[in-house]
Amino acid sequence: MRLPRSGTRILLGGIAALVLLPSGIGWAQVSHIGNLTGDAKRGKELYRRYCIGCHGPRGDGEGENSPWVNPEFPKPRDFTTGVFKCRSTATGQIPLDSDLYEAIGRGLHPTAMPSWFALTRQQRADLVAYVKTFSPRFQKQKPQPVVPIPPEPPVAPDSVNRGRELFQKMECWKCHGQEGRGNGPAASTLTDSKDNPIRPYDFTTGTRFKCGESNSDLFRIFMTGLDGTPMPAFADVLKPEEAWDLVHYLRTLQPKGHK
Amino acid sequence: MNFLTLGKRTITVLGIGSVAAVLGSLVFGALVTSSQPAYAIPAFARKYGLPCSACHEAWPKLNNFGQVFRDNGYQLGNERDAPITQQPTYWPMTVRITPLWHREHNKRVAVDSVPGDATSPLIERHVSTSGFDLSGLDLWTAGTLAKNISFQVLPSSDATGAFHFESAWIRFDNLLGTPWLNLKFGKHELDTPVSEKRFLALTANGGFFQLYHFIPNRSGANPFNVSSFLGIGNNQLGIELMGHSRNSYTRYAFSVLSSNSGQVGLPSNRTYDFYLNVNQAFELPRLGLQRVGGYVYFGRSPTYALTSGGVPIPGTGIGNRSFYRVGAYGIWYVGKFDFSTLYLHGLDNVFLGTGTPSIQPLPAEARGPTWNGGFIETHYTVSPQLILLHRYELIRVSRQALTTTPSDLGNIDAWTIGYRWYPFMHSRAGLAWHQEYSRVRSRKTFQLTPDSPLRDSIGSSLLMGFDFDF
Repeated sequence: MRLPRSGTRILLGGIAALVLLPSGIGWAQVSHIGNLTGDAKRGKELYRRYCIGCHGPRGDGEGENSPWVNPEFPKPRDFTTGVFKCRSTATGQIPLDSDLYEAIGRGLHPTAMPSWFALTRQQRADLVAYVKTFSPRFQKQKPQPVVPIPPEPPVAPDSVNRGRELFQKMECWKCHGQEGRGNGPAASTLTDSKDNPIRPYDFTTGTRFKCGESNSDLFRIFMTGLDGTPMPAFADVLKPEEAWDLVHYLRTLQPKGHK
Repeated sequence: MNFLTLGKRTITVLGIGSVAAVLGSLVFGALVTSSQPAYAIPAFARKYGLPCSACHEAWPKLNNFGQVFRDNGYQLGNERDAPITQQPTYWPMTVRITPLWHREHNKRVAVDSVPGDATSPLIERHVSTSGFDLSGLDLWTAGTLAKNISFQVLPSSDATGAFHFESAWIRFDNLLGTPWLNLKFGKHELDTPVSEKRFLALTANGGFFQLYHFIPNRSGANPFNVSSFLGIGNNQLGIELMGHSRNSYTRYAFSVLSSNSGQVGLPSNRTYDFYLNVNQAFELPRLGLQRVGGYVYFGRSPTYALTSGGVPIPGTGIGNRSFYRVGAYGIWYVGKFDFSTLYLHGLDNVFLGTGTPSIQPLPAEARGPTWNGGFIETHYTVSPQLILLHRYELIRVSRQALTTTPSDLGNIDAWTIGYRWYPFMHSRAGLAWHQEYSRVRSRKTFQLTPDSPLRDSIGSSLLMGFDFDF
């Protein structure tokens, strides 16, 4: 008996689905970072080696080490939601591949997520491809345009003073505290999107942030927010020059010469 | 705990005239295994919550992430490296031991034809021994004393429980705020091209690199019993200046060492040895990280000592003569395969090569011995929980110390195959089922009687056991 052509396609598609789905790669997934193309199949091997302990075999952040992560730190990210803190895209959007790539290489400070800069660029690209397979959002949505970062104006006393006023006006102190120590009156009540307690950033502990360490990185955090945490995006509230003022002020709260 | 048969080491340094010693060492080698510690540290995994596989290709073999962590002074750089940030109860201690079964076989052993009768003629026999056994024990502690001050203390025992200090050092990391300056002080593993402390083999014949310890045949034993260089595989006493790029793709290490092969106490002579290793890694698309490098170890060893009543006075070795080991290497990744390849060229001064005190005349036509060697060690990492191992190693003496010595005496061919399976992989402890077979052939180092022809010594080891640490 000969199957009609369309029937053959359906049959082959069904077989492919049966083969692929149990492997954890429900759909072919790749990542593109510059001239690198990441492959989810290779990424799966790497994930098993490096990431599974915290993020778990299903990518839901429920790895066997998850309950024992230092309580000062946020719980491991649940990749199945497709929600990520460090993005160059607007709040509510999925990140670019390069955002995930940078986060893997940089690590998230101060959390239990270390820098994986020691991995090769290809390995990091492969991991990005595999991490994307955990959430259908990456299949259904396209990353939106990148939040623009205009050139930084010079750091000047006026800019710092304006930033200080904005810190009060925007009520940043409610979470981060008047001195930026992460001990504002609302700090103890904060939870992340999975209702796990989460602490506001303490600016006095260093010069690195969860999503980078440059002034541009801090600017981007204001504009995109840290999705999945109480830190909102201010893109619709702050003008770019105001965001730079805030950056300049917050830098004064940090220890000088700290690395 | 890579097993090391003392007899296999000594067999390469004994002369033709030392037949009894050779035979004794063969039998000894078949019966006794001592331990050479290997490093895998669940205490770090517990501290940072990472599985063993994060730092180890398959423990104890490091991957590049583990290399960076080590180069950084056991720090991840996440502001939680200093002990003050840990729970007060955290104690960075690791215990490692391997209950095992092994079989040692020597193809040529001289035995009395009538057991117990030393006057009976010697005959050649195969000798095999086997049974359940233990490896040595490692009691390992390492970590940070403060940010950018790291340490390691490793008391290690042989299978009988006799301890020695395998390593003990303190390291000042990131001096002047740069990863290019790190200073280590104490007894430490040299930054060897391919670590002998973190490789996968455990057997008596395969549990060390022959090349790292090779010393060519001596024409006679030195009457002053002064110690000389025993190999770059041994942990050494001294200081190490080390530097690396952020991802450890570029690395260097330079050590100044007491020339006593890591033995505690006053050095047997009053000179220093030097070791330098420089390497560079680069990425090849689709293949992985490749690394190439070069190294040199050079120094001077004593040939005699001051004596009192004819007995050498410790610490007075003099009459120093030079030696060196130099080579290049590459570590190549091709997907799940990786190949460690190494070349070494060695030279000993003629006085060292002949075991002659420098105040005595040399044997006629004596020369400094030279040799070349290399190995290729292949791994196939099926998954983080299963790795296959193969190694072939050869040494060829290119110039014997005496012209009367057969040109191939002491040449070595060593071959190892095995696998390790890790039933689980998490951040608290490690367990591996280990199976390995190794075989070593040493050319013309067996002689039944002084009138007998020189023949090859051939030994083999089979081992299986549970290697665990916590």
